[in-house]
Amino acid sequence: MDPVLLSRIQFAITAGFHFIFPPISIGLAWLLVVVEGRAWRSGDPDYVRMGKLFGKLLAFTFAVGVATGILLEFQFGTNWARYSKFVGDIFGAPLAAEGVFAFFLESTFLGLYLFGRDRVPKAVHWFSILMVAVGATISAFWIIVANSWQQTPAGYAIRNGRAELETFWGAVFNPSTLPRYFHTLAATLVVGAFVMAAVSAYRLLKNREDEIGKRGLKLALPWGLAAAILVAVPFGHWHAVQVAETQPAKFAAMEGLYTSQEGAPLVLFGLVHVEPPELRAKVEIPGLLGWLAFGDPHAMIRGIDAFPADEVPPLWLTFVSFHNMVILGGLLIAVMGWGVLQLWRRRLFESRRFLKLLVWVVPLPVIACQFGWVAAEVGRQPWIVYGLLRTSDAHSETVAAGEILFSIFLFGAIYCFLGALWVYLMVKEARHGLDPALGKEVTA
Amino acid sequence: MDLPTIWFVLVGVLIIGYAVLDGFDLGVGVLYLVARSDEERRIYLNAIGPVWDGNEVWLLTAGGALFAAFPVVYATVFSAFYLAMMLVVVALIARAVSFEFRGKLEGPGWKKLWDLCFGVGSLLAAVLYGVAVGNVVGGIPIDASGTFTGSFLGLLNPLALVCGLMSLAMFTMQGAAYMCLKSEGELRERMRGWTMRGWLAFAVLYAAVTLLAIFLAPHAFEGALANPLFWVLLVLFAVSATAVPLSRRRGRDGRTFLASSVTIASLIGLAAVGMFPRVVASSIDLANSLTIYNSASTPRTQTAMLIIALIGMPLVLAYTAYVYKVFKGKVVFDEASY
Repeated sequence: MDPVLLSRIQFAITAGFHFIFPPISIGLAWLLVVVEGRAWRSGDPDYVRMGKLFGKLLAFTFAVGVATGILLEFQFGTNWARYSKFVGDIFGAPLAAEGVFAFFLESTFLGLYLFGRDRVPKAVHWFSILMVAVGATISAFWIIVANSWQQTPAGYAIRNGRAELETFWGAVFNPSTLPRYFHTLAATLVVGAFVMAAVSAYRLLKNREDEIGKRGLKLALPWGLAAAILVAVPFGHWHAVQVAETQPAKFAAMEGLYTSQEGAPLVLFGLVHVEPPELRAKVEIPGLLGWLAFGDPHAMIRGIDAFPADEVPPLWLTFVSFHNMVILGGLLIAVMGWGVLQLWRRRLFESRRFLKLLVWVVPLPVIACQFGWVAAEVGRQPWIVYGLLRTSDAHSETVAAGEILFSIFLFGAIYCFLGALWVYLMVKEARHGLDPALGKEVTA
Repeated sequence: MDLPTIWFVLVGVLIIGYAVLDGFDLGVGVLYLVARSDEERRIYLNAIGPVWDGNEVWLLTAGGALFAAFPVVYATVFSAFYLAMMLVVVALIARAVSFEFRGKLEGPGWKKLWDLCFGVGSLLAAVLYGVAVGNVVGGIPIDASGTFTGSFLGLLNPLALVCGLMSLAMFTMQGAAYMCLKSEGELRERMRGWTMRGWLAFAVLYAAVTLLAIFLAPHAFEGALANPLFWVLLVLFAVSATAVPLSRRRGRDGRTFLASSVTIASLIGLAAVGMFPRVVASSIDLANSLTIYNSASTPRTQTAMLIIALIGMPLVLAYTAYVYKVFKGKVVFDEASY
């Protein structure tokens, strides 16, 4: 088998699985900053219990995130040695900066937060969860810097057969770093809000009087609505405009634009037919794409036909994952919006159907993140560094296909097991302090 | 000192930081296999619970720093050690999740599963640490184009395997010395015993590694003997290694742990001085070795990284020291405990 394809499969599995956890950690950490702040200022025992409950869920998710993240730090070297040699002068620095500025901060303060509740002053305890949130947010920044450099390389010069650093800040703030960072960061807040909302709704379904559930919904729904809107406008829009300008082939594949044209439509729905590339059963709004991307409904936009055949990303997967992300994003705004409306009308805690919905939709924001990531990375193909290095020229030549196949099965099996356990135990933890048999709260 | 030399030292410091700090976590994990009761196991877990995660970051940061400062080494070694790296990751994953999973369900089978994962994961990681260092110092087959031409089984050569056993003994000593600080009564007495056993095994294996290295990796001594730093570190190593059993006998747990830590640090320092300016020796022809010069990133990158390290690491050291101070002393169970 082809070692490049195998390494890609391995990277997709391991990065995709890992990427389930950090958005939950970052989102929950910021919500906990609020919860613990209220617990500290008011001394309200319900907020203290709420902090402990969500703190446990955070700890648990964080642990799986760390465990699955170790492989990613090593995988560039193990599976993508030629890539590592080519980009090492630029790509290693953000990874190291992530370690120095973020991993130490979040890991060290998470220990203090979880185990130090009764050992340090309340202000220090609150500060510790703040530092966990700040550390996780910085971590997201540096990893997106590294990945954005693959998308829109800048601040480099090609010398000695590799990309060498010309300006540090030019590489860090390459054209896609900021739009992608804010888009992703807002998405993590959405994910966190949905997790808190789901846990809260679940508790209220088990016990109508559960204080953690009520407080959780009052906090998570408005927060989630605000973040879900921000993901789309302005950040999603900003990011799309940037892709249109800097990665036109990816943009065309995402939007399903296969022939260059003026007044290109925005495709809301379509079935991709790859050979020859065309969209069937499509629903579209004429002229909207040009207006959204370039502020001009008559703008000339390059379609797939404007690019050499060997520089075109996979059309089906890029289109489908991008559009599913957008549809899910809209759905999430609607769910949160409806929830906030019900909260405002004081009907939320009684509408059991909606509470059930909140429980069951919790995978959707995570899935939306996965779609977004697939659209971003598959849309970048066939390049591992856009326009500079092809994915097919980037793997480790000394690693045999059999070895990669072995590690795919190894991590595939481990991750299936871990994922199932994580879901099962998250649900179990969410029930903490509830006694469904009695239908009322019992103390932990 | 030129930039590549500074980065050789800094990556070395990160690797030492990992060996000293996560070294005791791994050692505690190894000793966990001989724990006698569930209560005792909980003492072990809570002894390292608040700090192990931060300790492991030293390894991740060392990996990142190696990538940034010496990308050729990162790419060559990590792909050459492919299966070994995968094993390391599996071992570290097993350890990391056992902490959280273990206490979540009742039932002896459940706990046994995670106890095994934690212990065996720690043991495997402790051994592989030494195997990796043994290969890097002893040399791996790298041809003139800088390509690794060996195999997984080739990594399990005598020098590397004895190095693996030595690091197991070394981390067991370190873990036991740490547990003395964290436990009381009968458990502490047993941990004092294990400190001594770890030390004895370490001493014997250290002698074996040195002997083997003289014959199998003579290049590690070539430049070193003329380097005054080598002799300073050797004296430091000898003094601290002797201080371990002495302070242990006097019941000075803090000093024993300090001595054990300095022993580890100075030993890795000695290996580094022996290697310098090579980072990975080639067993085909020493001229093919990866050095801090032929594998370095540009001065611009190394300068930027140096600024990052100078801003970031003092902060890291400050809050890490604070957290250790907060959790100083014997393990006391509370609501947050595992």
